[in-house]
Amino acid sequence: MSTNKLNSPAELVALKERLEKNRNANKTVVTVCAGTGCMACGCDAVLKTFREECANDRLENEVEIKATGCHGFCERGPLVVVHPLGVFYQRVKPADAKLIWEQTVKGGHLVNKLLYRDPQSNQIVKNEKDIPFYKKQMRIIFGKNGFMDPTAINDYILLGGYQALAMALTKMTPEQIIDEVKKSGLRGRGGGGFPTGKKWATCRAVKVEPKYTICNADEGDPGAFMDRSLLEGNPHQVIEGMLIGAYAIGSHEGFVYVRNEYPLAVKNLTIAIKAARDCGFLGENILGTGFSFDIEISRGGGAFVCGESTALMASLEGKVGEPRAKYIHTVESGLWDKPSNLNNVETWANVPPIIERGAEWFASIGTDNSKGTKVFALTGKVNNTGLVEVPMGITLREILYDIGGGVPRGKKFKAVQTGGPSGGTLIVETAEPKIHASMVAYGDLRDEDEAISLLDLPVDFDELTRAGSMMGSGGMIVMDEDSCMVDIARYFIHFLTEESCGKCVPCREGLVVMLNILQKISEGKGTIEDIEYLEELSQVIIDTSLCQLGGSAPNPVRSTIRYFRQEFLAHVIDKRCPAGVCKDLVSHAIDNTCNGCHACLKSCPTNAIVGEPKRLHYIIQDKCIQCGACYQICRYNSIKRIKHGEGDKLQERARELWQPPLKKVTAEVA
Amino acid sequence: MTVATEPKYDLQSKIDEIVGEYGAKPTALIMILQDVQKHYRYLPEDALRAVAKSMKLPLAQIYGVATFYRTFTLKPIGKNHICVCTGTACHVRQAVVIVDKLERDLGIRAGETTANGEVSLETVNCLGACALGPLVTANGIYYGNMTVNKVEKMMSDVLHKKRVSETTEEAA
Repeated sequence: MSTNKLNSPAELVALKERLEKNRNANKTVVTVCAGTGCMACGCDAVLKTFREECANDRLENEVEIKATGCHGFCERGPLVVVHPLGVFYQRVKPADAKLIWEQTVKGGHLVNKLLYRDPQSNQIVKNEKDIPFYKKQMRIIFGKNGFMDPTAINDYILLGGYQALAMALTKMTPEQIIDEVKKSGLRGRGGGGFPTGKKWATCRAVKVEPKYTICNADEGDPGAFMDRSLLEGNPHQVIEGMLIGAYAIGSHEGFVYVRNEYPLAVKNLTIAIKAARDCGFLGENILGTGFSFDIEISRGGGAFVCGESTALMASLEGKVGEPRAKYIHTVESGLWDKPSNLNNVETWANVPPIIERGAEWFASIGTDNSKGTKVFALTGKVNNTGLVEVPMGITLREILYDIGGGVPRGKKFKAVQTGGPSGGTLIVETAEPKIHASMVAYGDLRDEDEAISLLDLPVDFDELTRAGSMMGSGGMIVMDEDSCMVDIARYFIHFLTEESCGKCVPCREGLVVMLNILQKISEGKGTIEDIEYLEELSQVIIDTSLCQLGGSAPNPVRSTIRYFRQEFLAHVIDKRCPAGVCKDLVSHAIDNTCNGCHACLKSCPTNAIVGEPKRLHYIIQDKCIQCGACYQICRYNSIKRIKHGEGDKLQERARELWQPPLKKVTAEVA
Repeated sequence: MTVATEPKYDLQSKIDEIVGEYGAKPTALIMILQDVQKHYRYLPEDALRAVAKSMKLPLAQIYGVATFYRTFTLKPIGKNHICVCTGTACHVRQAVVIVDKLERDLGIRAGETTANGEVSLETVNCLGACALGPLVTANGIYYGNMTVNKVEKMMSDVLHKKRVSETTEEAA
């Protein structure tokens, strides 16, 4: 699919018109989501089946099979949409592809069993846009993903791609562009939320050459994958954004620093950059305007700290990715001590729509201080996992219930964690506050320990920060009653001790101390003073760390203590883990609802579970190592995690039932 | 291909070839080391020396980079590579149970290789396919929604090379 080099904006317009003319609007297009999520579900086999069927029936001219970028609804992958009917099929297996081919593509009928069925209303939904998951979304950045082949530049041009670039280069001065971005109110989507226009203006004002334009695609936050999906599904929009930014600040060289763990993103971006060069969007004299710019890809080495701008630049220079103090901003002295403008993938992708549709339109979306949309990766214990793009200011309730569809398996919502390891865990819903006499006795109850719910919190940069978390890159991890907050805090601090670069003491040593204390608490050896010490230490680390990674590292601990103090107290005073996660404080036991399906028995590594099929099972407490395998397997919620040492209280009936064989087992062991 | 089986002059020419692809500029150092590691499955000392020679960079800088980043390993890894995702989303879906199970079955800790050099077990921070959590990749093949009961099936697939999917090629 080669396109000749375009030498002027007029040629771009002509190319778009030619593509539009040649396109048959009634042609059937079968799009298969080929993002990493669907790929992992086996979408390549589905694609292959479609291609084979198409070739068998010799319908290559009438039907197009397209592998597109991520549609966002990863939970239901692999996804298939048949255009122009707009029929949306989910969880398509290769055998189903044959059925879709025969029924829908050739016959024009629907295949009911593959359509989305709304779990609440039990209604069948035919079109993608009518599905509750998509209904409340506003897909400015992700909208094009489902309609284009990321490796075909013509698809992007057909959808209006590179028009914003042509407009910026020919009809606007760099100052006007910066002004437009300032007016739009766009803030950096990488986490900090710094106003993008202001950053560009500072960088432009510096009178040093050369200047570098950098795209941060080192998405190290566990639980966030929107940058990857953008680079995989629509790399040209990111390239176009970088081009406009480079023109505005006066830069001629750009870098994309991308994680090596994202092979598909690297591949699609490489193809896109080459295609953009061939078309004359990158290189010398772009679109005949005299402006030159080119992009190089740099694959990262998998260090979380490299998401920090100064560390990323050190890594680009081929050094160890250590951050430096930022009293001199990177826009003045960054990569090789030259002015460098770094923005996140999503920020760059926001630029073309702003230029194309104007700052007023963009500023009309969102809240007072946070404009536009934000892409969140909704994951964890939620029914509809996937990528959601929502206008700023939407409430958590809308995201979690209307889009996310609530918690699976009838469990209770507990908390939502935003902002990755640097963010915080927010309380979502509290049942009755379980206050223990011991807590009152210690005088440790405060106003903030009362049941609070942040379900109606409008989601934007400032509100999240006020609530003790942050926007971060947009990971949103939902937790239910099975998640222990001490364990979550320990998990994040463990992650951060591993990822700390080790340059400054507060982060390197302080986090290790915090981890040890949290470990102590989860083993039931903690004291009340430990909780106070954790809070104090958090403040010291925040105040004295060199970079933002250290400065925000204690956030997970601070926020969990703030919202879940009672749970910490339960560990410390009662030696009890209410969620049943901390191994040293828990016993596994089977209650009387067990129907004897035998599944847990096979999973037990120490043969601690005994029972005949279809009869009540029993866990021999002395043999159980609390690994949790049976709890994960049980589909009937019959396995309970209760306070350590109280296992047999729950299992009295089962114990009586199993007394004879139990004797035998113990005899065998002896 | 291991260093032991490869004569010294071949090693230097292989390294020169990899360096030549990117040019000997410092920006490419991480990518060059990634490619070297892909070739030898780890970063042997001789190869690091060869990279230093070829790029005219101090060995200390190369050693620093090779030990700083998570991708790199200075120890040989096993023929089969099992990677358990322990990102936050997988963590709340109890990925730790899967890690425990694999550690018990293989008799090694995460980050180690079995004595016979067959299997390496590793944990990663996030593979970005959170909808499928808990997630395990075995030699680049995704196994989603893992439970302890599925682990044995997966391991027998891996050791007997039963399931080969196209995604492996994508990952390669």
